Amino acid sequence: MNLRRSLLYVPGNMPGMLQNIPVFEADVVMIDLEDAVPLLEKDAARLLTRNFLQFYQDRNKEMFVRINALDTPYAADDLREVLPALPDGIRLPKADNPEVVERLHTLLTEHEERLGLKIGRFKIIPSIESAQGVLNCVETARASARLVALAFGAEDFTASMEIDRTKSGEELFSARTQVVWAAKAAGLQAIDSIFADVNDMDALRAETLLVKRLGFTGKSLVNPRQIDVIHEVFRPSEDEIRHALEVMEAIKRAREMGTGVISLKGKMVDAPVVRRAARTIREGVAFGMLEYDLSDEVIHGEK
Amino acid sequence: MAKNSLGREIPEQWRGRPLDPYVDPWNRKPEVLRSTRPLVRHRRGDSKLLPSLRAAIEKCELKNGMNISTHHALRNGDYLLNLLVKELDCMGLRDIGIAASSVHPVHAEIIPYIRKGVITRIETGVNGLIAELVSKGELDCPIVVRSHGGRARSLATGEVEVHAAFIAAPCCDITGNLNGVHGPSACGSLGYAHVDARYARKVVAVTDNLVRFPAAPISISQSEVDYVLKIESLGDPNKIVSTTTRLARDPAALLIAKYASEVIEASGLLKDDFSFQTGAGGTSLAVADLIHKKMAAKKIKGSFGCGGITGYFVDMLEQGYFDTLFDVQCFDLKAVESLRRNPGHREISASLYANPYNRGEVVDMLDCVILGATEVDVNFNVNVNTESSGLLLHNTGGHCDVAAGAKLAIVVAPAIRGRLPIIRDAVTTVTTPGETVDVIVTDRGICVADRHVELKKELLRRNLPLKDIHQFHEEITRITGEPRPVEFDDEVVALIEYRDGSIIDVVRRVHE
Repeated sequence: MNLRRSLLYVPGNMPGMLQNIPVFEADVVMIDLEDAVPLLEKDAARLLTRNFLQFYQDRNKEMFVRINALDTPYAADDLREVLPALPDGIRLPKADNPEVVERLHTLLTEHEERLGLKIGRFKIIPSIESAQGVLNCVETARASARLVALAFGAEDFTASMEIDRTKSGEELFSARTQVVWAAKAAGLQAIDSIFADVNDMDALRAETLLVKRLGFTGKSLVNPRQIDVIHEVFRPSEDEIRHALEVMEAIKRAREMGTGVISLKGKMVDAPVVRRAARTIREGVAFGMLEYDLSDEVIHGEK
Repeated sequence: MAKNSLGREIPEQWRGRPLDPYVDPWNRKPEVLRSTRPLVRHRRGDSKLLPSLRAAIEKCELKNGMNISTHHALRNGDYLLNLLVKELDCMGLRDIGIAASSVHPVHAEIIPYIRKGVITRIETGVNGLIAELVSKGELDCPIVVRSHGGRARSLATGEVEVHAAFIAAPCCDITGNLNGVHGPSACGSLGYAHVDARYARKVVAVTDNLVRFPAAPISISQSEVDYVLKIESLGDPNKIVSTTTRLARDPAALLIAKYASEVIEASGLLKDDFSFQTGAGGTSLAVADLIHKKMAAKKIKGSFGCGGITGYFVDMLEQGYFDTLFDVQCFDLKAVESLRRNPGHREISASLYANPYNRGEVVDMLDCVILGATEVDVNFNVNVNTESSGLLLHNTGGHCDVAAGAKLAIVVAPAIRGRLPIIRDAVTTVTTPGETVDVIVTDRGICVADRHVELKKELLRRNLPLKDIHQFHEEITRITGEPRPVEFDDEVVALIEYRDGSIIDVVRRVHE
């Protein structure tokens, strides 16, 4: 599974910003054709996005495109223009119910057939960003095999609720919990909303810590300056890595002895502990904190 | 026409001056005694106070063909040079050379006087319109661009004679004791003017803040000053120093700063006694900020910071990360205030700072410096004087001085600026030779000079984006395309003097 801690929006109509996409260390970039692009520039943004994606062959991150909502007159053109340039997937706004995701799934299949691509190539990350979306997200999360993550959109959500978004975020707590449960239950990653104040790194850190504790695995963001803080929060600590490595060594010894449970410093190491340790190690590797060849056999035992 | 060691074509002479082509950064040596100024005896009770600029010019016995100087600590807020040139014109003087420490865009007011023949040469680098017009051939006024240290050298050897130095003095008494830290035009350090006070035939302190004797602290003393002149105002305080200098906010610039700070850490220099210089640009300050944080995290106590001083360095001094700041020029109000208050914040002359022809310059003690660039080439040569248009637009500042002195000279620049690649096959103009540049840090990769084998290994070990400069050049030009070369005429309009006085490059007129 790809690490998706930081999902950076870049406006599709800004060539100067598109040009810098390869430079930033976000895990995913989402080129935006929706809210960041004024109506008069939708067509220009599609062309720029397509050309940029075609040019950016040697990619060092996943590339998604946020298309316009499927009920707008722009979505069909968005897909037709950008899919031939092979983004990794589509960020789908306003995924208020599973039917919207199913519709996109069908459209993507049609495009894959038209382009002669493997069916299922294009992934989907739907945005849950209304009260209705939150209530339906358990089903939405299971609407397509293309889904890799469920994203929460707090700005639109608070608008749909006719409330203000605060920095402490109490008003989002239930919705976030619902989205993260729906995602985990469907085996998906959970991506939290953007944090709009790009100058308040302390509040960004606090919010990211909160959503990490809730179970979110990543966060959308609007400015590359926010990447470092988000990665820092999602980065395992040196102690966590050391512990994870000890767990791995312990479970290897256990497997050699023909068992799946062993004691490490007086604490039981079994399957869930190993899985958590494996996740920590994978994150550590992704961060370049260590090199480690993690085999399924060690994690799950020989079949 | 001869080629210097960097392959630049240098005429044998220019406007009557024989030129010595650049060979290397280290080996050219002085063969003269230090220049000096006449001794005088000031009679007790004689007043130095003069009634007008005209009286000052007369007292200095300025004649056609002579040179005047001012300092540039008032930067783009300076009124003095413009006033002076207008008065020279009123008095009918012609063929005067400006040997100021720098010329700024505000001095575009003297363009009509260049056309009129009042000013016929500029013995310093020029920022802005005058240089642009000279580059285009629209203004006939030879320019010799010198670094801060190079200017100090040129006065010390007598290559440049200053017949009258007009020193803008934000605080001055009737005997000529003066400083830059008090008064409405306070600019902080007067580091450039120290050189003029030592070598100019006549020194006039020009102040808008005449205080009771003795002015304190004494930055330049009465023993060096011939005359004192009070005028209404020396400059526009809003443009003299920035109220605050700011960190970069552009994410690409911040990424460059992050890489640069990691290079410094990887170099092994970031340990106790670390010494450091940056400019006042947003990226440089962002590096300073990150280095500050790293020093705090590792409890490192540095020795000194130097150069143009900003509030960021003041913070590091006050928090004990440096013992000393060597200040040639203050860049913001916080620096001015600190110079008034902090004993560890020392005003130093441009000569002590960076003159290669003396018995020891501060830049030679520097561990690390962060420098900017308009272009860099695959041989690590750096251009800060001309732009991709070929136009001469910037003075050198201390660029080549500090690069030569510091153990680790890091150039920071975006890989692509305004659609143009920053790394070129050859720079338009060489300001600073590649032999003195160690690392180039961009947002898309880091290039390290081949002589730093260990540093390269360490950067790789730390997963930093180390790139071979030739491959990196290709990678970037694949994105931008190869820019159309600028066409130049043969006529040389400006010299780029290396700090030792040899000619590292010339600027030719842009073909229009």
